[in-house]
Amino acid sequence: MDTDFFRAWITRVAKAIEADRARLTELDAAIGDGDHGTNLDRGFAAVLRVLDTTAPSTPSTVLSLTGTTLISKVGGASGPLYGTAFRRAGNALPDAPEIDLRDLAAALEAAVAAVRKLGAARDGDKTMVDALAPAAAALSRAAEEGAALPDAVDAAVAAAEAGAQATVGMQASKGRASYLGPRSVGHLDPGAASTVLILTALRDTARAAAESE
Amino acid sequence: MKKLINAPDDVVADALEGLAAAHPSLAVDLEARVVRRAEGPRPGKVGLISGGGSGHEPLHAGFVGLGMLDAACPGEVFTSPVPDQMLAAARAVQGGAGVLQIVKNYTGDVLNFQMAAQLAADEGIEVASVLVNDDVAVEDSLYTAGRRGTGATVFVEKIAGALAEQGAGLAAVAAVAEQVNAASRSFGIALGPATVPAAGRPGFELDGTEIEVGVGIHGEPGRRRGQIAPAAELVETALEAIDTDLPLDGNVLVMVNGMGGTPLIELYIAYREVARLLAAKGVTIARNLVGNYVTSLEMPGFSLTVCKLTDQFTELWDAPVQTPALRWGR
Repeated sequence: MDTDFFRAWITRVAKAIEADRARLTELDAAIGDGDHGTNLDRGFAAVLRVLDTTAPSTPSTVLSLTGTTLISKVGGASGPLYGTAFRRAGNALPDAPEIDLRDLAAALEAAVAAVRKLGAARDGDKTMVDALAPAAAALSRAAEEGAALPDAVDAAVAAAEAGAQATVGMQASKGRASYLGPRSVGHLDPGAASTVLILTALRDTARAAAESE
Repeated sequence: MKKLINAPDDVVADALEGLAAAHPSLAVDLEARVVRRAEGPRPGKVGLISGGGSGHEPLHAGFVGLGMLDAACPGEVFTSPVPDQMLAAARAVQGGAGVLQIVKNYTGDVLNFQMAAQLAADEGIEVASVLVNDDVAVEDSLYTAGRRGTGATVFVEKIAGALAEQGAGLAAVAAVAEQVNAASRSFGIALGPATVPAAGRPGFELDGTEIEVGVGIHGEPGRRRGQIAPAAELVETALEAIDTDLPLDGNVLVMVNGMGGTPLIELYIAYREVARLLAAKGVTIARNLVGNYVTSLEMPGFSLTVCKLTDQFTELWDAPVQTPALRWGR
């Protein structure tokens, strides 16, 4: 995976968020304050502009720039959380023009750790962690087993989707949804939903790369 | 959606331009999204900055001026501002005596101010933060994001601002801010929802006679859905929730706050009931505010905030203040 691969991933993320902006906002309106889609869309649109003007030369800097820009542009809780996730993932990658699956898995684990720490979220709190943590674990497992990139990322997306789906039955204890108490049960967590979008974009990028080889 | 706006995406920017045009005492940096005192920092004075999502006007920008805030960072509507804004504000207001961040307890605000404090500290600016969490409607702080910051923010900004104006150091200003927050409690009741311009539809739904008892300032749910009742009963519900959490006695500062869609005539009815109920408890309302200070766009409803006054709080409350939304003395 080279710099172009990571730029392609982030571009796909921006498109996916833009396309699903209304759905994310809808999910957030049900248990939060209804701005998740709008805020992430504004953030990733800014990320694309920054990537265009600065032309980062390594996967690590693509992710770091993405994170820094999200922190600067998104606001709310999702800005610092996603921003820190991307920054830490970027910092965890080796400073090289190309990285492998193990590097990517380690970066995703670093992102999970950062989000857990900053948001003080545990598994089952009905947050993005419930999608991100199982995805990182699945990717690490696949990397250890020597899986091919598309298969490994498939496994990560499946784990994220299952984790996100499980948030429907959970009662929120973090963020604005927590004020709903039991009334938060029965709704998909918008942060878990956007995490699935981000990882799905990674999968699609990996598939496209595999096909073009 | 029927709103007096040009376009949903331009709401904050357009309002800031209007604020700048209306108040020459303020300097509005539209690029950095920072509202500060036009005259700039005073050497040796602690700088007070606050901020949060827009839609709560006059909070926070309306409280920038002599005796209160040095700068405010308005975010998108109901969305916390970003660290760059708070960092720009900290740089703009610091007069060498440090900067106090006044933060309402919402996950987004807390995280963004935390990152900003780190960035400012990296630049050698001394930063302290106080968290305002006065909303007693949140009973279960352990399994939620904790009590929300609401009406007491006005008290904290006024009283800490007055102390800073007198030349007190950062530790003393932060301490009085903490003390005011600890001595204050709020409770809100919504009679209807508000519509975030970018969302285009109401944040929640209430049936014809339903009300949200214990609502947050972004329309977060409270303790329960109730039925509309005479003002005397609604005010009693709010006051009892406060008094149960912090038994009231002596002198208090009371704010009957409109959420944006409640006429002043109704707020005075609410104040009548507060005055009657507190008098019956032998509690003296030594100071008061009645009006729209912490709004939630066009939400109909009110919140009640009570602060137990000390002599120091009263003296600082009475100190001169010259801001767009609060002005007395001098």
